[in-house]
Amino acid sequence: MAAPMLRWGCRGRRWAFARVDGGSCHRRGAPTGSTSNQIRGESSVAQQPLHTAQKTRKGEHKWAAVVGLEIHAQISSNSKLFSGSQVRFSAPPNSLVSFFDASLPGTLPVLNRRCVEAAVMTGLALNCHINKKSLFDRKHYFYADLPKQSQVIPKTVRIKQIQLEQDSGKSLHDNLRSQTLIDLNRAGVGLLEVVLEPDMSCGEEAATAVRELQLILQALGTSQANMAEGQLRVDANISVHHPGEPLGVRTEVKNLNSIRFLAKAIDYEIQRQINELENGGEILNETRSFHHKLGCTMSMRDKEGKQDYRFMPEPNLPPLVLYDATSLPAGADPQQVINIDQIRETLPELPSVTREKLVQQYGMLLEHSFTLLNEVGLLEFFQNVIKETRAEPKKVTSWVLNTFLGYLKQQNLAVSESPVTPSALAELLDLLDSRTISSSAAKQVFEELWKREGKTPGQIVSEKQLELMQDQGALEQLCHSVMEAHPQVVMDVKNRNPRAINKLIGLVRKATQSRADPVMIKEILEKKLSL
Amino acid sequence: MLGRSLREVSAALKQGQITPTELCQKCLSLIKKTKFLNAYITVSEEVALKQAEESEKRYKNGQSLGDLDGIPIAVKDNFSTSGIETTCASNMLKGYIPPYNATVVQKLLDQGALLMGKTNLDEFAMGSGSTDGVFGPVKNPWSYSKQYREKRKQNPHSENEDSDWLITGGSSGGSAAAVSAFTCYAALGSDTGGSTRNPAAHCGLVGFKPSYGLVSRHGLIPLVNSMDVPGILTRCVDDAAIVLGALAGPDPRDSTTVHEPINKPFMLPSLADVSKLCIGIPKFQFCILTFCYKEYLVPELSSEVQSLWSKAADLFESEGAKVIEVSLPHTSYSIVCYHVLCTSEVASNMARFDGLQYGHRCDIDVSTEAMYAATRREGFNDVVRGRILSGNFFLLKENYENYFVKAQKVRRLIANDFVNAFNSGVDVLLTPTTLSEAVPYLEFIKEDNRTRSAQDDIFTQAVNMAGLPAVSIPVALSNQGLPIGLQFIGRAFCDQQLLTVAKWFEKQVQFPVIQLQELMDDCSAVLENEKLASVSLKQ
Repeated sequence: MAAPMLRWGCRGRRWAFARVDGGSCHRRGAPTGSTSNQIRGESSVAQQPLHTAQKTRKGEHKWAAVVGLEIHAQISSNSKLFSGSQVRFSAPPNSLVSFFDASLPGTLPVLNRRCVEAAVMTGLALNCHINKKSLFDRKHYFYADLPKQSQVIPKTVRIKQIQLEQDSGKSLHDNLRSQTLIDLNRAGVGLLEVVLEPDMSCGEEAATAVRELQLILQALGTSQANMAEGQLRVDANISVHHPGEPLGVRTEVKNLNSIRFLAKAIDYEIQRQINELENGGEILNETRSFHHKLGCTMSMRDKEGKQDYRFMPEPNLPPLVLYDATSLPAGADPQQVINIDQIRETLPELPSVTREKLVQQYGMLLEHSFTLLNEVGLLEFFQNVIKETRAEPKKVTSWVLNTFLGYLKQQNLAVSESPVTPSALAELLDLLDSRTISSSAAKQVFEELWKREGKTPGQIVSEKQLELMQDQGALEQLCHSVMEAHPQVVMDVKNRNPRAINKLIGLVRKATQSRADPVMIKEILEKKLSL
Repeated sequence: MLGRSLREVSAALKQGQITPTELCQKCLSLIKKTKFLNAYITVSEEVALKQAEESEKRYKNGQSLGDLDGIPIAVKDNFSTSGIETTCASNMLKGYIPPYNATVVQKLLDQGALLMGKTNLDEFAMGSGSTDGVFGPVKNPWSYSKQYREKRKQNPHSENEDSDWLITGGSSGGSAAAVSAFTCYAALGSDTGGSTRNPAAHCGLVGFKPSYGLVSRHGLIPLVNSMDVPGILTRCVDDAAIVLGALAGPDPRDSTTVHEPINKPFMLPSLADVSKLCIGIPKFQFCILTFCYKEYLVPELSSEVQSLWSKAADLFESEGAKVIEVSLPHTSYSIVCYHVLCTSEVASNMARFDGLQYGHRCDIDVSTEAMYAATRREGFNDVVRGRILSGNFFLLKENYENYFVKAQKVRRLIANDFVNAFNSGVDVLLTPTTLSEAVPYLEFIKEDNRTRSAQDDIFTQAVNMAGLPAVSIPVALSNQGLPIGLQFIGRAFCDQQLLTVAKWFEKQVQFPVIQLQELMDDCSAVLENEKLASVSLKQ
């Protein structure tokens, strides 16, 4: 548990907001509000599936794994969900704490409009049904609720619900002095809790779903969704069972803070459960954490046992009413109401649409479009290259995804840290396109560019004399010399050894320091050998 | 000067008959003289004198801030006051100095009022006697009044007259005692189930509970968020209206305050004619009461209160008002329903007191959990801990439907009863405020807090369920020479209309002023006897 002392009181509250499943959130009826009747969680099912990669799970045929996710995304907002304190990463401890955040008695929550808008926008982008009237609930603990058991639909992940919640503070345990230090900067920051139905069956599927959600949130600007800064945190519910039999006992692996560890942790946990069961053991319904150095999950030995969150309606916030174009009261102050249709109009292009456009516009494969979007900044890089080069989009795609991305990965660099600018790559591809240089020379130029010596591709080409030999006479002269120097190979060619001509081409190219076009060399050689 | 109403003294200040500093010093000296009443937990002498000085400057420059400028007031110790200890009469908050003012406190200060101090209460406002706070019980100034003492002398069975002092009622007993003993002109209480009206009735004051949402709760340390309202205790209805005028209005820090435009200032017209009024007399309330509370052996409505209630109804009728019986069939469930809702919210609201950020923290450092447990055991009294325990029980998943949800439904029915009554043409409802006059402390503590709260809130509680405005008006003295109050209940947000009717009634009944002359002149005698009282306290 991240902040055990914060589980009481307001910092542990959860605020039901929008969900796409029918019925009520907490598996109980709709409580009657104090002064008016409210309907809670009345909604229809309509969700946008998150695409996951089409990978079959390796290994066990006997066992099927069921994975559901609870994702907490910090809302990108200037101030917290219920107080005016600033939201900022890595500020000095306890420097962003209002009286409300510190739970001073007598303070009351005041809802942040931006957070509601961010939640509505995210709900719209994910095609969720947005409840027009929402009630706020108090939760007296901050562990997540059970996901509904439901049928697994391959390759799509359904969104169960999106809720607005408050983030907790952070505590730091000093075991030496047996002290706990608390930082409340994060306490009260708005969170979007997105619950994904247990439609996934392995770490990679879960990773893909999280990545997709991350892209959507970033495209919307509703969350920076940076996992390293804790703006996106994932808890995974994992169980295994024999297909056709009831689902197994579930464990929850908490606080997964990178996509790589998420996949690793889930796969480890699936395998652990299978091993446990095959060795006659049993799975405990428990909370586990992932130890990224050891690469395994470990029981958090939660002393509390099963929690009863003791939900109750929040009395200090009136019901939140959202409007659309048809329900908006005439003469309503736009500053005082939230119009769903207005937010819908401001929705930016979503990743799925961007990918579709890439496929159509540039004729690339769908998986290439996934890669372009998945790497931060790669799509922009690609589009900048496209803008500046005459080269074919397919050529650009191939260079960006194979050569460029390959170099980045090898050196573990982000796109923004690349030594090669889009313009440099564009110029390089132009040289290649105009047949000024050969592809192998182009690779050489790229390698030079990577060294950050500040030279343009053109400069590198002329310094290293990498231009293709355009002088037909000189090339014919060279071919002649090579043939004379290697009579045995010439003989082999004449004896119809198919490989021999390639050997000759290679020898000629070597003599030109790879500056000649092999096609041209072949033509000359064939003519000279009267083939 | 001290015996005057707020409006009168305000006029005196404006005319320069007295300066704010003189007024402040008179009140401070009286606070000291009446210290044995235990009305104040903290006396903010320095703050008050400084405020008085500033007020005096304003008066000199002709820049008075209004009716409240220079007026000594007191605030119940469950409102946050910046830089002044706010304890809720609990060990948990001993030494807690809030860094901010409750909105209502800020508004009073902005109007130039002088904050004399923080008044005593039941711990976290949980009680109806002002007997269950960590600083000891509050004594009713009427215990020492000429009116009461003379009646006691006539009674041959009267025992030691100083050991059977009377309770103030509660939980805003400190505020009631402070106003009743003339140590200030108005005081803030809080009202969740009757905590302002009940002590007002016992102390011969006007106790006003505004409509829920009319006055900000920001800074009021909550008991039940959905029922709490800041209450106003004054010596007359006009004074309550002046204070309400200063407090009412939307607060961006309290999302439950309403944005309806309100008439300001709250000037109450003098009603010449009540013939257009319709007064509702709830008919079932008392019958159900005996039925419902047999198991608690509740003393019935005293015949004196019953008779005053009838006389009040007759008064309206004789002046031409229409008086009709109305049925509020579900109000009999109010107390039971309140018990569930109150304890549930208490369990939730009290969760914040974990000893970490502020307030009491125990020395145990074995584990965080052990620290929580010990801190809360040491910090809260039995009443608070009992309510936390029941509240958590009602909120458990397996009990939620059967208790909390049902109570919410009953609450709706109770609120609807009032709506129906008002829809049938009733303007205000008239009921008793309490079952009887104030009882001696030794008598009061024979029953536990829970039983007492259930009995004492019987007429007041349902109003909080429905969020309506209500006011207790002192009507007459009982045979024992003690005040009896009646309650008027108005339509939601018709606070002004309610107070206008109350003002008319106040004028008709001419409730006598408390005669504390003996007390003032001879407080040394009372102080000597205080030892006796505190011995009996521990029994």
